[in-house]
Amino acid sequence: MSDQQKPRGKGKGKSSGKGAPQREAEATDTESPSGDVREDSATASASSTDATAVEATAPEPEGSGGSTEPASSDEQAPRAQSVLREILESSTLVVIMAILASLAIGGLLIVFADEAVREASAYFFSRPGDTFSAMADALGAAYSAMFQGAVLNVDATTFAGMIKPFTQTLTMATPLIFAGLGLGIGFRAGLFNIGAQGQLLIGATLGAYVGFAWHLPWGIHLIVAVLGCALGGAIWGFIPGFLKARTGAHEVIVTIMLNYIALNLVSWLLTLDTFQREGSDNPITPVVDETAQYPLILGSGFNLHLGFLLALACAWGVWWLMERSTLGFEFRAVGANPHAARTAGMSVSKAYILVMVIAGALAGLAGSAQVLGTEKVLTTATAGSLGFDAITVALLGRSRPLGTVMAAILFGGLRASGPTLQVQAGLPVDIIFVIQALIVLFIAAPPLVRSMFRLPAPAHEKEVAA
Amino acid sequence: MKLELREITKRFGDFTANDAISITVESGTVHALLGENGAGKSTLMNVLFGLYDADGGEILLDDEQVTFAGPGDAMAAGIGMVHQHFMLVPVFTVAENVMLGHEQVKGPAKLLDVDAAREKVRELSERFGFDIDPDALVENLSVGAQQRVEIIKALSRDAEVLILDEPTAVLTPQETDELLEIVRQLRDSGTAVVLITHKLREVKAVADTITVIRRGKVVGTAEPSASQEELASLMVGRDVSMTVTKGDAEVGGVMLEVMDLTVVDEDTQVTVLDTVSLDVRRGEILAVAGVQGNGQTELAEALLGVIKADSGSALLDGEELLGRSIRDNLDAGIGFVPEDRTEDGVVSAFTVANNLILDLYGHAPYSRRGAIDPKAVANHADEQVERFDVRTTSIESLTGALSGGNQQKVVLARELARDLKLLIASQPTRGLDVGSIEFVHKRIIEERDKGVAVLIVSSELDEVYALADRIAVMYHGRIVDIVEPDTDRDTLGLMMAGAHGAEEEAA
Amino acid sequence: MSTTAVDAPAAPGSSAPRGPQRTKSWRATIGLGVVALLSLLVFGLGTPTGVETTFRVATSTDFIQLPSLTVPAKAAAVTLSLLALALVGFVAYRANQYRKVGIWLPIVFGMAVMGALLTWAGADRSGTTIQLTGLLTSALFLSVPLVFGSLAGTLCERSGIINIAIEGQLLAGAFLAALIASMVGNAYVGLIAAPIAGALVGWLLAVFSTKYWVNQIVVGVVLNLLVLGLTSFFFSTLMSDNPELNQPLNMPDIAIPLLSGIPVIGPVLFDQNLLVYIMYAAVVVIQIMLFRSRWGLRVRAVGEHPKAADTVGIKVNRTRVRNTVLGGAVAGLGGAFFTVASGLAFGKDMSAGKGYIALAAMILGRWSPKGALAAALLFGFADALQQQLGIIGSDIPSQFLLMTPYLATIFAVAGLVGHSRPPAAEGTPYKK
Repeated sequence: MSDQQKPRGKGKGKSSGKGAPQREAEATDTESPSGDVREDSATASASSTDATAVEATAPEPEGSGGSTEPASSDEQAPRAQSVLREILESSTLVVIMAILASLAIGGLLIVFADEAVREASAYFFSRPGDTFSAMADALGAAYSAMFQGAVLNVDATTFAGMIKPFTQTLTMATPLIFAGLGLGIGFRAGLFNIGAQGQLLIGATLGAYVGFAWHLPWGIHLIVAVLGCALGGAIWGFIPGFLKARTGAHEVIVTIMLNYIALNLVSWLLTLDTFQREGSDNPITPVVDETAQYPLILGSGFNLHLGFLLALACAWGVWWLMERSTLGFEFRAVGANPHAARTAGMSVSKAYILVMVIAGALAGLAGSAQVLGTEKVLTTATAGSLGFDAITVALLGRSRPLGTVMAAILFGGLRASGPTLQVQAGLPVDIIFVIQALIVLFIAAPPLVRSMFRLPAPAHEKEVAA
Repeated sequence: MKLELREITKRFGDFTANDAISITVESGTVHALLGENGAGKSTLMNVLFGLYDADGGEILLDDEQVTFAGPGDAMAAGIGMVHQHFMLVPVFTVAENVMLGHEQVKGPAKLLDVDAAREKVRELSERFGFDIDPDALVENLSVGAQQRVEIIKALSRDAEVLILDEPTAVLTPQETDELLEIVRQLRDSGTAVVLITHKLREVKAVADTITVIRRGKVVGTAEPSASQEELASLMVGRDVSMTVTKGDAEVGGVMLEVMDLTVVDEDTQVTVLDTVSLDVRRGEILAVAGVQGNGQTELAEALLGVIKADSGSALLDGEELLGRSIRDNLDAGIGFVPEDRTEDGVVSAFTVANNLILDLYGHAPYSRRGAIDPKAVANHADEQVERFDVRTTSIESLTGALSGGNQQKVVLARELARDLKLLIASQPTRGLDVGSIEFVHKRIIEERDKGVAVLIVSSELDEVYALADRIAVMYHGRIVDIVEPDTDRDTLGLMMAGAHGAEEEAA
Repeated sequence: MSTTAVDAPAAPGSSAPRGPQRTKSWRATIGLGVVALLSLLVFGLGTPTGVETTFRVATSTDFIQLPSLTVPAKAAAVTLSLLALALVGFVAYRANQYRKVGIWLPIVFGMAVMGALLTWAGADRSGTTIQLTGLLTSALFLSVPLVFGSLAGTLCERSGIINIAIEGQLLAGAFLAALIASMVGNAYVGLIAAPIAGALVGWLLAVFSTKYWVNQIVVGVVLNLLVLGLTSFFFSTLMSDNPELNQPLNMPDIAIPLLSGIPVIGPVLFDQNLLVYIMYAAVVVIQIMLFRSRWGLRVRAVGEHPKAADTVGIKVNRTRVRNTVLGGAVAGLGGAFFTVASGLAFGKDMSAGKGYIALAAMILGRWSPKGALAAALLFGFADALQQQLGIIGSDIPSQFLLMTPYLATIFAVAGLVGHSRPPAAEGTPYKK
């Protein structure tokens, strides 16, 4: 497993993990549409008695077709990466359609679960109109609550009141941006990090501890606490990275297990006096010092804190890392083809460990948005489902920083609308998790969305289908 | 049984792999399908076997039209196929592999009747003198034995038409002779055999009829009595001339000196390289010949540092290579063309430009202090694409979209962009068409003429003869001998089977 | 003709006939050795001398009433730790001969170490006894969803589909079982509804994996979120508006005559409810079918080398879809454990990560039903132990015992407890 190359005997038995049978490269006959157009190459002239040499050396007089055709049917062999790439490269149109479809299905659920609709449908055949108007009421209430909770409060009298929901959306998006960025780096480096949940929690624990237990001067305290969060996440990310690099342990399994280990660990820590509030037996820490909290950037009327700007800065940093730095080049190469990366002199082990450490640190920063930003305390519920939601963010954002930020704002908006949804439409917040999951499922399968909306398939997909 | 293919057409996108191909195969005959790499032979057989849907044409068995939705239909109709890449489940036993897909069951619970399958394997194994243990795990069998399992698998389904797709690619010359003998036995027992190959010698040895395919079309049929020159010119499309012109080597001092290099596989504890010693001098090509899987791949990989050496030494211009990182060895002046281009050579999902800096990105001008300079990368790519005539729509195209030949040019361009002391190239022309093969060979010889030491690993004797200034033959992880390039084919063949080495050991 | 003229062109490393794989790995020895030594130091030597631990093995309904078993605590804990060390010695001996050990070893090892722990924890607590029978009964019961879940994982992964969605399948099964059983008013109806819900989730996983080639891990994770969201949504709306749709229903234990009278084993194994008996049958049937039937051979071929399976006429994707749906149904049935088989109403997120532990049990059980059963029992035992220690008021934080399944799995996938090989084509979509 991992990157340890093993001598292979029979043909192509490079048994490095998944899908070895399909990965057989061509041996002697690739059925390649020989696209090497070299009109000027028919120069060899010396005759020979060994006619069989023609097999290897006689030049071809003329080309047969465009040189950029698919190299061979073998080379279109399925690869997990190419599937992931398909997810990452789905077009904007598909994204929009997927969101619409998900909202529509969410609407169906809302209608189905609505008490008034069910009551009206009991006498549907005598007065169908009642059912439909009840449906319309339920949907109208839900969608307007979503809009008012996430974007603009149209009932507000002041400008500040009007835009407050949107600032709340950005606040909710902050941890998702951090964690989504980290997961995106992992995806592009070929690592499925399911462990943002645990990394976030351990990061939050360390940061919260620094926040309430240490009493440092203003400015320094925040920086140390933020670094504590990053360090905690990085440590929890290092473990699966190291195990994968050294033993080939699959990161999906290890990170899932580490999520639960982290949860139990924190749950135990919260039984200790060190972490509990004085005189309390509840599993909750003291509030972190004000010096360690992210300052509010729009004043005390809004929850939006400095963490959001830090998240945007991290997004830029991740863009530079992946697109402009040699390290990012290595990460991408390792993700796309670890064997070729290794043969080209890159250390695959180093890349795996670094990627997981960076992803962990970013997940830890997501924890900082919780314990140093919105919640200001640590509980076992600090991570919520953020780690898993971040996976959907990274997928929807195609693992690109800009996309991740946009996806995080979308999902942050859904989360921000939760309370309004509850109050105004009487709907449980769970509906937004359903919508979120549906969006990602649809995004992951562009052909499904295209067939739902009768969109034409892009050219390259037609070719693959042929 | 008589098999007839009429006007079979198969397209992939804009590319026509099979253009109205018609052939007829009679029972009790061997029909050879001859064509160079990429001519469309395997595509045709995959259509016949129901793996691909044809875009046009029809298949007739005993003059009746049939359609195969999948391989199951083809097999039920009496067509068996031995694929180029064996279709055996490595963790299954021989008996399990043979019964897979048409299992016999017994008892009220309808559990597998393994005994019946064992018996079948034993019976067929005995009939053809195969010596196959039905309970052996396939992953523990040699390549030759696996091929025999494939043949048993086809025969156990009462195949009346047997397709052999490039069956000799992985065999020694002697094993090849044995296989041809099996083919004759099958023919004599009434089986219709279709032999897909690009090797003229085999065709002449067993074929009753020969159909030559070039770029998806039937370009002619020939009798086995036709001369190799005639067949070759049919296959390639014009009068063929021979090897690339190559001047005499201007040999300098020793550049690479390998002494007692030993590699033991970490997993299996098998010695894959056993005290290998050789040297390569400046301005010479040393070709390592041998049947696939006798340690040549490991030799190349150990020199670069891809696999760990257990003992011995390898000095490049006096510097020890072993125990260092791949990066250090590349920087020391090794150019490396890996055996498996798509797996180890290029990142298919990367652009051509990025593949051209895959091992150069850390150096100026491509990057400075950890930051990549996109302009320098693009300039480099433009230059190399021009110099190596890489046929691509843009340097931003994905490398996976290029043909095999163009991908190999990308690898060569990248490796030759540095100042090299030693070029190691494994199977540099595998799977390429003749035009690309010649291009690659010319570049390698140019590199030699610049004074670079070149180590070629090839299992194609033709390539070895075309390039080598000296030939090292490997068998079972050892160097059997290092000989001059005028050594004849039969002698080399025997050495590749270890014969020479055995004599030496005895002496 | 002769086959002896030339030896097979033995490829060093793989083609030469080489018999069993020769793997000399000391990882297992070191990993288990550390645990055994810790057990000896903490539980063995950490137990005060001269105190006793009392195990109560009889239950009030037993046909033969056995007396309670009282053992000298230190001696027992040391003995169990030494047994663990002896097992380590055996692993080392086998490793030296390049051989692996069976799945039984880590299981027995785990039992020994936990036994030592139990003896240590129960020592010097006058008046409290350790309810051995009760402990084993609840261990078996707690392992039910894990066994079904890991069987589901095995069925899917043997055909090449990674099933991360076990968690979602369990939860969906629990939900639908509660809903339908409440509507009908009969707990047993839940056992029919549960597999349908699981199969639906399995079907989604199969379609996205085989038709749209979406990464199977992605689909699995997202399906878990979807099921969690859906069930929570309906729990908070439909079920809370109409409490009659979510009632706690009971499924009585069925004591099998004679067998249930056997001391200790009887009440543990043969006085359980119907779901447990279905579990026994499922393990046996799937074990036999997977390894000795035509269906099983084909499934395994599809999971190892789909192209080879295709070339002998086996429909790869159809096999995968069927297996994934079947696996989903099995996991869904396991989900019934949480509601109708435990006498509880449905609650939000009530599977609480059991699906991921089931995944772990599957890996630890090396993709075989009997291995999965053994690993699930071990994990169930750890869970039951944690509850028991809570009752006797032990100082060990329960969180650490709850961590053991996860830690054991990390050790397993890191190759510290022998290396396991997943089906080769796992996770790779099959395209022609």
